[in-house]
Amino acid sequence: MELSVNGHKAYAYTGGRPFDASLPTVVFIHGAEHDHCVWVLQSRYLAHHGRSVLAVDLPGHGRSEGPAFTSVEAMADWIVALLDAAKAGKAALIGHSMGSLIALECAARNPARVRAIALIGTAFPMRVSDELLDATRDDEPLAQDMVNIWSHSAYAHYPSNPGPGFWVMGENLRLMQRQKPGVMHADFAACNAYANGAAAAARVKCPALLVLGKRDIMTPPRAAKDLMNALPDARKVEIAGSGHALMSEKPDEVLDALAAFV
Amino acid sequence: MANPRYLGFDTLSLHAGQQPDPTTGARATPIFQTTSFVFRDTDHAASLFNMERAGHVYSRISNPTNAVLEERIAALENGIGAIATASGQAALHLAVSTIAGAGSHVVASRSLYGGSHNLLHYTLKRFGVETTFVDPRSLEGWRAAIRPNTRLLFAETLGNPGLDVLDVPNVAQIAHEAKLPLLVDSTFTTPYLMRPFDLGADLLFHSATKFLGGHGVAIGGVLVDSGAFDWEASGRFPELTEPYEGFHGMDFQEESTVAAFLLRARREGLRDFGACMAPTVAFQILQGVETLALRMQRHVENSRKVVAFLAGHAAVESVNYPELESHPDHALAKKLLPRGCGAVFTFSIKGGRPAGRKFIESLRVFSHLANVGDAKSLVIHPATTTHFRMDDAALAAAGIGPGTIRLSVGLEDPQDLVDDLANALRASQKN
Repeated sequence: MELSVNGHKAYAYTGGRPFDASLPTVVFIHGAEHDHCVWVLQSRYLAHHGRSVLAVDLPGHGRSEGPAFTSVEAMADWIVALLDAAKAGKAALIGHSMGSLIALECAARNPARVRAIALIGTAFPMRVSDELLDATRDDEPLAQDMVNIWSHSAYAHYPSNPGPGFWVMGENLRLMQRQKPGVMHADFAACNAYANGAAAAARVKCPALLVLGKRDIMTPPRAAKDLMNALPDARKVEIAGSGHALMSEKPDEVLDALAAFV
Repeated sequence: MANPRYLGFDTLSLHAGQQPDPTTGARATPIFQTTSFVFRDTDHAASLFNMERAGHVYSRISNPTNAVLEERIAALENGIGAIATASGQAALHLAVSTIAGAGSHVVASRSLYGGSHNLLHYTLKRFGVETTFVDPRSLEGWRAAIRPNTRLLFAETLGNPGLDVLDVPNVAQIAHEAKLPLLVDSTFTTPYLMRPFDLGADLLFHSATKFLGGHGVAIGGVLVDSGAFDWEASGRFPELTEPYEGFHGMDFQEESTVAAFLLRARREGLRDFGACMAPTVAFQILQGVETLALRMQRHVENSRKVVAFLAGHAAVESVNYPELESHPDHALAKKLLPRGCGAVFTFSIKGGRPAGRKFIESLRVFSHLANVGDAKSLVIHPATTTHFRMDDAALAAAGIGPGTIRLSVGLEDPQDLVDDLANALRASQKN
């Protein structure tokens, strides 16, 4: 579905069903250098199980126009503008990696608009190594390889994503390559610069779920401890045998955790 | 964190797509010889059917053994995924039928395996898909043949049997300028000798029967997608960019930015045409893939020795191998195929058809049969077998004369191959 947000075309995948604002809204927010399709299974499932889904392409990503934002705070405000444009009420926000920071910040800023947050592959602070951050600016192909290799815990995945026969590392690399030049650095710099996580977590009024990959080396479970402690109402699911690309590596386990929560 | 590095080709050949079986601890890939898979409950069943969850339903659509092969070949090709099919022909048909239908047009190289030529020239024409065949070496020919209803460009990485080396980067550029994908048949090169996606191709397939299996015991194909072609931006592919009534109104490109082609191919082509691979065949092909790099190295080494022998033999008129300076694509081969030009090539024997017949019937180690890419060395006379439906003009255009003999050099002791050829050549020249 296409919407106009702040004067730019914004795209959100609705899970194969028309968006219906009368149903509980669930917003899926992808991570850096990604788009909505990282959520293809989870978003489609929830859209067919009583929720209305907006799996967004953040500005500058996928099908959404406009420049990519350079701060998590700006992206959080954009989510609210998108909810307004869709005439959606209170929503659950599900974010992966950078998207988890956006969900967190959005919930802290807009308690009246957010009924739950699910933070997948999250950490605070979400520091990016100088080596990677420089590569996102100076050598995107190298940076994409770094992220692709560090995001996956194995070279075989069952049942794969979006289905058997897909090579998830190849898919992830190609998806990153589809994003516009410059987007990767904007995203990673935004993650690295985001400083408000602890304060935001303390202000969150709604229930929070953390879904963490036990073999995640980008955002290892220990790096989410402070967030977990700061959130007033948080629970945690750790998924064995998953790295940072949780939705690809363990699609069923991620979906089961989400379906029980939102 | 240490400098990141992907697993190398040899390691991926052994590990990509498979881990020890979590239930039994089996290290080898198990053969999941089952038609169907039990659902956890009714919601699980419905969600599998509606692509809300990933998993196996029925082995015509997907199977865990096949999935290992598919993911492994995709990894070796630097693609995003693959579909294993009943044969290489089934893979070509699946590729074309996913994005072309009645009223569509294909531009194809005229140097094709006879089976591919038959499918495009005769059979698909009957279903309304027309093909224009072009000289694969003529970039202008490719460009000029494109029409408003063209859906794809298609060629073999190494043409059969003349070994025309496809200028993948330039033909891909012509395709992309017309917002069309380039499909290549990579059977002769395998991902060990060439990775067409790295050169600009968008889709590829293998007859897995050949070098991927290598043992000559199983027929199969694999269709692989690079995930790089932008179907939406092209605007020529409503099959992928508009809702498909036949599968829950799914708009495949919305569903996945990179996987639309394979989603439709599996959810329509495999489902409806049904040309799936049997899981036992997937297992057999996987046994070959595990040693692909080692075998291809030996295939190329042996081929070079055989080519050198034939090129210096008085009874041989010409040898057609791109590593020879006399081959028209020698320079291109050096650029695109630095690891070698494979193990299938032709030569012409002095004395025409009768000498050719004597030669083939005198061979003891080479087997006379209609296949290539076996561990065992093979020989055939294309004009009377693989390409017999083509008339003389089409044969000549494909670089085949009445005395042309095609060899597929295997993994035997190379001296035994040379001795066998020497004996047969001697016999061929006796009156």
